[in-house]
Amino acid sequence: MPSFLTPDFGLLFWMLLAFLIVLGILAKFGFPAIINMVEERKKYIDQSLKSAYEANEKLANIQAESDNILKEARTRQSEILRDANQTRDQIISQAKQKASAEGARILDEARKQIDAEQEKARRENREQIVDLSVQIASKVLAKHLEEEDSQKEWVNQLLDKINADK
Amino acid sequence: MKPFIKYILLGALLLFGLSLPQESKAAEEINATQLVMEHTADAHDWHITTINGHAISIPLPVIIKTSQGWQCFMSSQMGPKLQSLGLTLKDGKIYEGSKRVLDISITKDVVQLWIVVILLIIIFVPCSRWYKGKKPSDGAPKGFVGLIEMLTMFIYDDIIKETIPEKHIHKYAPFLLTAFFFIFLSNIMGLIPIFPGGANLTGNIAITFFLALCTMLLVNLFGNKHYWKDIFWPDVPWWLKVPIPIIPVIELFGVFTKPFALMIRLFANIFGGHAVAISLTCVIFITFQKSIVTGASVGSISFLLMIFMDFLELLVAFIQAFVFTMLSSVFIGLAHQGEEEPQKKLA
Repeated sequence: MPSFLTPDFGLLFWMLLAFLIVLGILAKFGFPAIINMVEERKKYIDQSLKSAYEANEKLANIQAESDNILKEARTRQSEILRDANQTRDQIISQAKQKASAEGARILDEARKQIDAEQEKARRENREQIVDLSVQIASKVLAKHLEEEDSQKEWVNQLLDKINADK
Repeated sequence: MKPFIKYILLGALLLFGLSLPQESKAAEEINATQLVMEHTADAHDWHITTINGHAISIPLPVIIKTSQGWQCFMSSQMGPKLQSLGLTLKDGKIYEGSKRVLDISITKDVVQLWIVVILLIIIFVPCSRWYKGKKPSDGAPKGFVGLIEMLTMFIYDDIIKETIPEKHIHKYAPFLLTAFFFIFLSNIMGLIPIFPGGANLTGNIAITFFLALCTMLLVNLFGNKHYWKDIFWPDVPWWLKVPIPIIPVIELFGVFTKPFALMIRLFANIFGGHAVAISLTCVIFITFQKSIVTGASVGSISFLLMIFMDFLELLVAFIQAFVFTMLSSVFIGLAHQGEEEPQKKLA
């Protein structure tokens, strides 16, 4: 019966040769390609997951940001509207004030002018009246003074009048 | 027919067979022990079958070194050639006088070995070529390349990475992966009963001896300080080390028993599987020699058992390759303890 528990030299020799050859070939051309690729793929998947997560987060951030911007824009809008309203009111009231003041000033001036014109007219009237009365008086006097009686009469009349006035 | 009726019939047949007297004496007694030994041992030719006492086998070259120098001839001419050289053949080994000659013949196991090696190369080299010019974003391979990738990464991730520190992985991974696939493929090839397979390669002590020797060399040549300190000055009470170094002696013994166990475990499992498969086959022939009925009843049970054994051997083929790789990896990992903790420890 052959002995099973003694390693045969011939087989050992061939095993050494064959195993070293297959180890050499597989270690150079076989396993590294597979292992490296799988490791790289693992890294790639991890990275992809991470970047997807980050992108998601960024998207959420962007949404929040845009919401914020919108909100801000709305408050700004209302603020601007309120400011505009205020400015408008102010401008209107200022314009009103200015207009009333101007009106008052114009009226005042007109009144003054009217007063001046009136004064002037009155003065002219008086002068004319004085002129006319002087002319009339001189004419009347000239006529009256032609007669002595009438002179005396007129002086008396005047004296009476003065007395009556006293 | 319902299954239980089948079993009843089978049982009846069995009883009938046992009760029958022995009808005829076989012309040639089958020596089961010899058959098992012949089938599991290495041989100078690849025996396929014997028809009418005429052996049909594939002749293989015999290369021997005798006192007259190197001799090379085919195994089909072995008988006359050995006679002319004054050599004797005993149990398949060639002797010159009482001494064995240096025999590096291309035996059955050597042919099987090269078949496995060539298969490994034509499996892995084209598979790794698939990865050429591929980017990680191209996705995982499908089909056969995917299967190989899955197996490779299973061993790499679940055994090697778990036991060996990160910075040493590149040094040991090729050996462990090659050992795994070599053992696995050899085991599978051993289950195929005809030519391209069938030789009992991993059930041959020379093969397992070599593989275990590789593991032992890797462990002890590259072991770190911590590993050697653990052997000669382990963390045990001092009286276990001085004056009688009980524990160091046991530890030193362990250096050799660990790879020895690796060698025997793989050898015994595969050898046992082959032996059982052939024994079960012998049962059919032996029982048929008794009587046809006995043969039919016992033989059919034996046949079912053989199918079961083949499935079991498929499992064993994987488990033994896995166990060898895992233990080698653990031993190598232990020799690098204390440098950098691997992520997780296998029991």
